[in-house]
Amino acid sequence: MAEFLLPKNSVVKSGKTFSARDGAKNVKRFRVYRYDPDSGENPRTDMYEVDVDACGPMVLDALIKIKNEIDSTLTFRRSCREGICGSCAMNISGTNTLACTKAIEDISGEVKIYPLPHMPVVKDLVPDLAQFYAQYASIKPWMRTQTPPPPDGERLQSKEDRVKLDGLYECILCACCSTSCPSYWWNGERYLGPAILLQAYRWVIDSRDESAGERLDDLEDPFRLYRCHTIMNCTKTCPKGLNPAKAIAEIKKLMLQRSL
Amino acid sequence: MALSNRPLSPHLQIYRPQLTSVLSITHRATGVALTLGLLLLVYWLLALAAGPESYSSARELLASWIGKVVLFGFSFALFYHLCNGIRHLFWDAGWGFDLSSTYASGWAVVAVSAALTALTWIVALS
Repeated sequence: MAEFLLPKNSVVKSGKTFSARDGAKNVKRFRVYRYDPDSGENPRTDMYEVDVDACGPMVLDALIKIKNEIDSTLTFRRSCREGICGSCAMNISGTNTLACTKAIEDISGEVKIYPLPHMPVVKDLVPDLAQFYAQYASIKPWMRTQTPPPPDGERLQSKEDRVKLDGLYECILCACCSTSCPSYWWNGERYLGPAILLQAYRWVIDSRDESAGERLDDLEDPFRLYRCHTIMNCTKTCPKGLNPAKAIAEIKKLMLQRSL
Repeated sequence: MALSNRPLSPHLQIYRPQLTSVLSITHRATGVALTLGLLLLVYWLLALAAGPESYSSARELLASWIGKVVLFGFSFALFYHLCNGIRHLFWDAGWGFDLSSTYASGWAVVAVSAALTALTWIVALS
């Protein structure tokens, strides 16, 4: 049964405020979720005032500035700073996105930053993605074949078959979509969620893969696939502009077609 | 580090309500309302079967202002669930998944179900 409230140890308290230095003209307030596993205290939100005239344009720039100049204890994941690694996925002002591609000036008022929703928090903005990755492994995300590859080269694909992978191969597994999905919130232990299902579809329709039937067998389950109720939060939030809801619908259509 | 003691990050508390999720939960809520509304329908039919006296008292109850509010809510739930159900049928066929189509069909569902509810009550009360 879905738990709509946060458990006692997860209730967010209000925390400290770090005021901007005197003389800062263009101050933006960042309210950031903090959790210190060593303190034994509940999570809190700290407020940082950042002089955005002396800061890069993206939310990630502000987080790095906070960590460098204001509070070095702030913890978050980041790597590529150009929307291709998926590390800095977080909830920014109410929707999941990548901090590195979200412009500060696109956010009016206070910038509220939380970890990806409904996930166990390791520290501050770092969620535990172990289950997400285990679910990814469960769909066997590699090419499965019975026939040997051609002796003189790779397995080739027609242009038409290759085009079917567009809108799927670009997924960076940042988990923004899965953690925006209320079905995944309430049934994440059994429902695979939009990101993993998009990946599953990517292999099902790959013309070179020879295990589509098995893959569909594995997905044929009231929870693994059919907890998708087409809420569409996934497509709305995808920072890469992909459409996981559409991919899931295509899987459901294949299920129906093969049962007819 | 105790794994089990890790806090759960906020979800409903912080996720911004948007057309996608709001229409979805409204579909669920109107489905529940329609199920409860069926009891009302059964009550009305039972009253009808039990004779003129019980039927007139049932009519009186349903025509009271609180009865009308309940019936108004029931009629909106019916039209909303119907319209959004049709939207779901299109989705099941694989159509209308672009964000722009999703938003257009979402607003259309809101507009059409509101219009049908209004029309029903204009006819009913005139």
